Amino acid sequence: MTLNRRMFLGTGAAAAAVLNAPAVLAESHGKPRVVVIGGGAGGATAARYIAKDSKGAIDVTLIEPSRTYFTCFFSNLYLGGFKEIDDLGHNYGTLAAKYGINVVHDWAVDVDRDAKTVSLAGGGTLPYDKLVLSPGIDFVEGAVDGWDLSAQNAMPHAYKGGSQTELLKAQIAGMPEGGTFAMVAPPNPFRCPPGPYERVSMVAHALKASNPTAKIIVADPKGKFSKQALFQEGWANHYEGMIDWIGEDFGGGNVSVDPNAMTLTIDGEVTDVDVCNVIPAMKAGRIAEMAGVTEGNWAPVNAADMSSKADADVYVLGDASNQGDMPKSGFSANSQAKVCANAVRGALTDSKVFPAKFSNTCWSLIDTNDGVKVGATYEATEEKIAKVDGFISATGESADLRQATYEESEGWYTGITSDMFG
Amino acid sequence: MRLRVLLPAALAAVLAAGAVFGDQFGDAEAGEKVFGQCTGCHEIGDNARDRIGPHLNGIFGRKAAAHDGYRYSKSMQRAGKDGLIWTAETLDAYLENPRALVSKTRMSFRGVKDAQDRANLLAYMRDFSDNPADIPEAEPTARGTDHDVDPAILALEGDPEFGEYLASECLTCHQSDGSADGIPSITLWPTEDFVIAMYAYKRKLRPHPVMQMMAGRLNDEEIAALAAYFKDLE
Ligand SMILES: Cc1cc2nc3c(=O)[nH]c(=O)nc-3n(C[C@H](O)[C@H](O)[C@H](O)COP(=O)(O)OP(=O)(O)OC[C@H]3O[C@@H](n4cnc5c(N)ncnc54)[C@H](O)[C@@H]3O)c2cc1C
Ligand code: HEC
Ligand code: HEC
Repeated sequence: MTLNRRMFLGTGAAAAAVLNAPAVLAESHGKPRVVVIGGGAGGATAARYIAKDSKGAIDVTLIEPSRTYFTCFFSNLYLGGFKEIDDLGHNYGTLAAKYGINVVHDWAVDVDRDAKTVSLAGGGTLPYDKLVLSPGIDFVEGAVDGWDLSAQNAMPHAYKGGSQTELLKAQIAGMPEGGTFAMVAPPNPFRCPPGPYERVSMVAHALKASNPTAKIIVADPKGKFSKQALFQEGWANHYEGMIDWIGEDFGGGNVSVDPNAMTLTIDGEVTDVDVCNVIPAMKAGRIAEMAGVTEGNWAPVNAADMSSKADADVYVLGDASNQGDMPKSGFSANSQAKVCANAVRGALTDSKVFPAKFSNTCWSLIDTNDGVKVGATYEATEEKIAKVDGFISATGESADLRQATYEESEGWYTGITSDMFG
Repeated sequence: MRLRVLLPAALAAVLAAGAVFGDQFGDAEAGEKVFGQCTGCHEIGDNARDRIGPHLNGIFGRKAAAHDGYRYSKSMQRAGKDGLIWTAETLDAYLENPRALVSKTRMSFRGVKDAQDRANLLAYMRDFSDNPADIPEAEPTARGTDHDVDPAILALEGDPEFGEYLASECLTCHQSDGSADGIPSITLWPTEDFVIAMYAYKRKLRPHPVMQMMAGRLNDEEIAALAAYFKDLE
C-alpha cells in the first residue's frame, strides 16, 4: 500500500516537490507549510505555538482523527470519582478559529520523507516543509501473554483517553461485593511513570466507598516504581489491607491472562479476577515507525530542537520520542513542543531561536486532598535531554501541604489544557 | 549543641545569598523602640489581642498564618500551607520587605530597612515567644541580614521577545489570562514585585519546591525578560 501510494504521488505534484529545493517550494506556495500529526499534549501545543507566534507567516495543518481529545491526565481522578468524563474532553475549535490552524480530522496513514508529503486515510496528501510527529503510544504486540487488542473490551488498558477509561470505570462499578480488581503494570519505559500507581490509589478510593471488601492485585514486571515510598505510605494510611503489589522479585513479571475465563496467572498461580486492567509494554505511535524515524520502539531525537536523528525536517515530540532523561508525560510533551515550535519558526521564518529549556512536574492524587508531586528541569546536551535539578514530595508531609499540592494540580490542569487548546 | 554543629552551613548559605550582617547581636531594649512601628497594627505581650494584624506572641517557630481566629490574606495562607515557618531568617526577610516573601500580603508596611534595627526587633519579639530557649542567643540568623535585591538587578531592562519564549514554560501552570485557580496569577505585576518574588524563590526564602527549581535556573537577564513580558500580558 505504501509503495502504491508513493508511485501514485510520484506522477504528480510530489515529483515536482522532490525536484525543487524546499525554499523554492515554500516560495511557490506563498507560505512555508508545517504539518503536525497528532493533536495531543505535544501536537496541539506545537501547532498552537507555531501558528500563534508566527502570526500567519506559517501555514499550519493539524491532523487528528478525534474531534474531542480526552486527556489521559486526570483520567485516574475520573476513575476515583473526582472528575466527570466531560471535564476531560477538549475540542479543536479555538485552534482553528482563533489561530487559523487547518484542523483535519483524519488519520495520517503514511509519510513520504523524500517527497515530503503525508497521506491521509480519507485520501489525499499534504505537502510539508517541516513535519511534527506527536502520535503518542501504541502497544507492543505479544507483550502480555494471552492479551492482544481484540481483548481490550474484556480487559481494558485504559491507557489512551476516552472510551477505554469509561469502560474500565463501568467495570469497576459492576464488580461483585468482595471481588478482585487486577492490574498488569507495564515495563519501562512507558507513558506517565506514576500513572498505574495513581490509578491503583483512585480505584481503591472508589472501592473503599462502594465495595470495601474488594481486593486489588498489581502484577508488576518492575522491582520498583515512581514515587513508590509516597504511594506505599498512602496505601497504608488510606487503604490498609486492600492492595497487594507483586513486584519483580515475587514473579510479577511472569504473567499471562485469559480474557475469556477472566483469569490472571502470576508465576504459575491462577487467580479469578472480576476486572483486569492490562497495561502492556509500549512503543511509539505506529505512524512514527511508518515514517521510518524509529530505532527499536522509539524515535531518537536531537535534544536542542526535537528534530529526528533520521531527518532534519521531521520533529518527534512527547511519548513517541527517545530524548533522554524526561519522563513520558503530558507536561514533558508540552514543554518539548515549545522548544520545537521555537526552532521550527526560526528555520522557516527569520524569528529568533532561543536555547532549549525543558521542565516537568507530575502530580498524583492518593486520596481526597492527598496530593504528591515530583518534578525536574532539563537542558539540551549533545547527547540527550539531561536532567539539571529536581524535587519530590516527602513522606510524612502535613495535610495542609498535601491539600495545597492537590489544588495546585487542578490549577496545572487548567493551565496546560488552555496552553494546548487556546 | 546540635544547632552549633549546624552553624557553619547556615552561615555559608546566608553569605552565599549575598547577605550583609549587622555588627551586633540584637538588643531587645533597642528593639522595643523599633516595635513602635508595628503597634499601630500589632500587639505583643500580656493580654495581646488581634488588631489589624494578628498578635505576635509565640511567633518564632510557628507556621505562617497559623494563629487561630485571625483572618489572613489568601497569599499568607498559601505560604503557610507551603510550609513557611517563622524563623529568625524568614522573619528578617519578611520585615525587611513584606512583599518579597508574600507578594499579596495584606500587611501594608514598607519594611524596616536597617539590618541592625531588624536584629534588635527580632531580639525583642523573641522574648515573647512561648519557648525562647529554642532560639539560642547566638544563632547567627538572629542578626539582621539584607535580602534586598541589588538595585542594579532591579534596573535591568528585560527583552520582552526573549521573555515571551521563556514565559511559555511558565504557562503550563500559570494562566495567560491572569485567572488563578490553585496557582496564583502572575500577569500585570509591577516588574519590581515580580523580580523580587523570583529572587525570593531563587534564594529559597520562599518555600515552594517547584518555584525554587524554576527560579533557581534563571539568570538576572532571564528574570528581567520574564518580568517585562508578564507586566503587559492581558
Ligand atoms: C492514566 C494516565 C494518567 C496520566 N497522568 C498524567 C499526568 O498527571 N500528568 C502528565 O503530565 N501526564 C500524564 N499522563 C501522560 C500523558 O497523557 C501523555 O504523556 C501525553 O498525552 C503524551 O502526549 P503526546 O502528544 O505524546 O501523545 P497524546 O497526547 O497521546 O496525543 C497523540 C495524539 O495523536 C493522535 N494520533 C495517533 N496516531 C495518529 C495518526 N496516525 N494520525 C493522526 N493522529 C494520530 C491520537 O489520536 C492522539 O490524539 C497520563 C497518562 C495516563 C495513561
Ligand atoms: C499597617 C498595619 C501593619 C503594620 C504597621 C505591621 N503589620 Fe504585621 N501584619 C499586618 C497584617 C494585616 C498582617 C496579616 C498579613 C496577611 O494576612 O497577609 C500582618 C502579619 C504579620 C506577621 C505574620 C503573622 C503570622 O501569624 O503569620 C508578622 C510576623 C508581622 N506582621 C510582624 C510585623 C512587625 C514586626 C511589624 C513592625 C515592624 C509589623 N508587622 C507591622 C499588619 C501590619
Ligand atoms: C509546575 C507549575 C509551575 C510552573 C511551570 C511555574 N510556576 Fe510559578 N508558581 C507555581 C505555584 C504552585 C506557585 C505558588 C507558590 C507558592 O505558594 O509560593 C507559583 C508562584 C509564582 C509566583 C509568586 C506568585 C505570588 O502570588 O506570590 C511567581 C512570581 C511565579 N510563580 C512566577 C513563575 C514564572 C516566571 C515561571 C516560569 C519561569 C513559573 N512561575 C513557572 C507553579 C508553577
